[in-house]
Amino acid sequence: MSRPDLTTTFCGIRSPNPFWLASAPPTNSEYQVRRAFEAGWGGAVWKTLTHEPIVNVSSRYGAVDYDGRKVMGLNNIELITDRPLDVNLREIERVKRDFPDRALVVSLMVETNRDAWHDIVRQVEATGADGLELNFGCPHGMSERGMGSAVGQVPDYTTMIVEWVKEVATTPVLVKLTPNVTDVTAIGRAAAKGGADAVSLINTVNSIMGVDLDRLTPKPDVAGLGSHGGYCGPAVKPIALHMVSAIAGDPEIDLPVSGIGGVQAWQDAVEFMLLGASTVQVCTAVMHYGFRIVEHLVEGLERWMTEHGFMTTADFVGASVPRIKTWGDLDLNHAVVARIDQSTCIHCGLCYIACEDGCHQSIEKTPIAEADYTAGAAPDRVLRSGGHAIVTGGGDGIVNRYTIRESTCVGCNMCSLVCPVDGCITMHPVDNGKPPMTWNDYQAGLADGTIEPIEPPEHA
Amino acid sequence: MHRAGDRLNSATLAKNFADDPPALGDRDAVIEAARCVFCYDAPCTRACPTDIDVPKFIRQILHDDALGAARTILDENVFGGSCARACPTEVLCEGVCVDRARGKAPVEIGRLQRYACDVADAAGVAFHEAGADTGRRVAIVGAGPAGLTCAYECRKRGHAATVFDASDVAGGLNTVGIAAYKISTAFALTEVARVERLGVDVRLGHAIDTDGLRDLLHDFDAVFVGVGLGRTRDLDIDGESLPGVVEALDFVRQTHTGPLADCTVGRRVVVIGGGNTAVDVATAAARLGAEEVTIAYRRGEAAMPAFRHEYERTQKDGIRWQWFARPTAIVERDGRAAGVAFVRTTPAEPGSRGGALADVPDSAFTLDADLVVKALGQAPHADWLTAIDGVAVDRGRVVVDPATGRTGAKKLWAGGDCITRGAEVVDAVQQGKIAARDIDRVLREEATR
Repeated sequence: MSRPDLTTTFCGIRSPNPFWLASAPPTNSEYQVRRAFEAGWGGAVWKTLTHEPIVNVSSRYGAVDYDGRKVMGLNNIELITDRPLDVNLREIERVKRDFPDRALVVSLMVETNRDAWHDIVRQVEATGADGLELNFGCPHGMSERGMGSAVGQVPDYTTMIVEWVKEVATTPVLVKLTPNVTDVTAIGRAAAKGGADAVSLINTVNSIMGVDLDRLTPKPDVAGLGSHGGYCGPAVKPIALHMVSAIAGDPEIDLPVSGIGGVQAWQDAVEFMLLGASTVQVCTAVMHYGFRIVEHLVEGLERWMTEHGFMTTADFVGASVPRIKTWGDLDLNHAVVARIDQSTCIHCGLCYIACEDGCHQSIEKTPIAEADYTAGAAPDRVLRSGGHAIVTGGGDGIVNRYTIRESTCVGCNMCSLVCPVDGCITMHPVDNGKPPMTWNDYQAGLADGTIEPIEPPEHA
Repeated sequence: MHRAGDRLNSATLAKNFADDPPALGDRDAVIEAARCVFCYDAPCTRACPTDIDVPKFIRQILHDDALGAARTILDENVFGGSCARACPTEVLCEGVCVDRARGKAPVEIGRLQRYACDVADAAGVAFHEAGADTGRRVAIVGAGPAGLTCAYECRKRGHAATVFDASDVAGGLNTVGIAAYKISTAFALTEVARVERLGVDVRLGHAIDTDGLRDLLHDFDAVFVGVGLGRTRDLDIDGESLPGVVEALDFVRQTHTGPLADCTVGRRVVVIGGGNTAVDVATAAARLGAEEVTIAYRRGEAAMPAFRHEYERTQKDGIRWQWFARPTAIVERDGRAAGVAFVRTTPAEPGSRGGALADVPDSAFTLDADLVVKALGQAPHADWLTAIDGVAVDRGRVVVDPATGRTGAKKLWAGGDCITRGAEVVDAVQQGKIAARDIDRVLREEATR
């Protein structure tokens, strides 16, 4: 069987694989982008250029740890490039010359002035870069100067600047969208209206990372003060997936999408692609672990494509988009219930307490004598030591057995989500004999008198 | 026979008796705490004789509240630090840990408990204070974990507590009877000090006999007896009283009371027994520099009363086991023990693990030894209590109502090894706690009558 072809063409820009580095600290310099390309990255978006380099503060990053695991989310109050424009341009030219097969896109942000935009576009295109990404997303620092998300939050500004850029640009123009809006599709439409060739999203989410409980100072801390910054990393992925799918599914936006937001593993990238992204951009995982992670991304994607018989990424990009509907299009009569596999249950009780206190009180807890339990349990559940027989999950002579009460289970998934054992709690469709009926069908049926009102569910 | 210091320098001895396992650091504790799935109606808590809310204290450690964790532990068990070190967690909280059911090592609950208690100790935090004075007085006989817990819990409730112990060291076996690498003497005494800080009056070198107990019952409003067990059982063989034959508890005690270098240890040591005390002795002997240490047990491995983890410790320490070996005489040379003569045994009923044993004909053999340690377990010494009207003793156990700790005698409660014929520190603590609650209930009822 031949290997899948990961080559991607994104609004005319070719790259050997769909994995690009996002415009961010890892693409700050020639040194870093060379290392990235040598490691195997398909493309990179050079950290945002402007006419006069900015000045940064110290410190700059903050992270959310979750119950012992580091960097579930990352934020930064670093700004765009702090290096001179001509230095950056010379470096871009050299990197592009040495890596002609990689996608090298340059991120841009200048004041809202037509001449300024024209000037920087011309200077950057002279390097031989493959495209431009307009940074309309940075939520901190630059936005207060009328740039970044200050532009990207106003559809008319977005359209206007894209039009200015398109007046002179000869390479494809991507618009990077901010998630800090009420409806991302409004901005996507504005970018399309201005003539954008593609959109990339999401930029970072506005955030305060936390407060030091001893000093009462915000994080990250700059001489005891802090400022809102841009949040990214695994924690933002679901937000990004929604916004990517919303853009991809909007009939008024017919643009390629580059997906960004919390890609750590190849599975994350595939999800972005299934929801409409032709390429994915990565930052936080690289900041955490280095450029080497691209090997796992490429190999994982290849293996998954092979298993599914996809020969090119175009075979599956957007395949799941038609499955994202409005709530009113979902079948009210579809029913699933949870089932607990007693042979793999470890008796932790997490399903029970989640259901009992947070959900729909549909799990029974039954203490059974350890002796009765061990008669039917796998031998490895009993440890013999010093004349004692210790039952895993036992204690005080009993083992709790947890079972679903299907008559009241609403199929919410929660027990299966909290269960620490993969595959122990699974959801099963039940045949309730009812034909499919969406909320929209239901409302129409109520209005014309053809449907009886649905009885409220039984609860404890 | 020689001093440990003749063979090993102080640094090596200190290393050999350093805490095993070592304490967890801050970050290690958080990482280990993160492994806990935070069970509901948690098996570990159900398995804890003192009802410590284990998932709660682990979550407090995870969320950077080790002091809160220590309070969760010490509220239920004032010897939480000792239990963290000495509990056979393999057959208690960690044995039932659900992580084992998914093929993982259990969460290291004992080490996490120790971590929390250590943080509280280092911070010098006392979580409890004496209750408002009730004017009632409780006498406690025996300053081991049961008696001291009873005294502490009585002080929390405002009753005066006076503890009498024949020994010159407080804490009972917890201080001098458990392998020193599990519980150091210094640590054990910090827990005694915690009890004394609540105003418990501990009177050492003060033996109580039957008449003394009658006096206490007359003079005090309630009396708790936690006198533990007596001397190690005899082997009942020739040569038992020769120099070079010692009792397990005396051997372990020296590692607590004197400098390790001054401890007496043989070159070849034979330990007779098959329980956890035999392991404490054998591992201590090996760590004191004995060249060859053998545990001889009259039954097979399957019947061994020592816990699996204790057996594994002997494997790590290079200790040999002789199974189905019954001692028949101590071999004498130059007026000292020079070895032990054994005969092989076999179950009288084939396949039986705990039943009667038969000697195997012509199977006699001898192990050379310059130190023989008897580790057959302690004999009960509760019979003196039967002189008190109402006290029943059944096969060496003082009979009590397990829900209250009450003996059949008015005003007299009991707990600890004297009611169980030997259990864990954590069991003794719970019995002291149960008795103190009942004493408090009774004294308050009397006050309102």
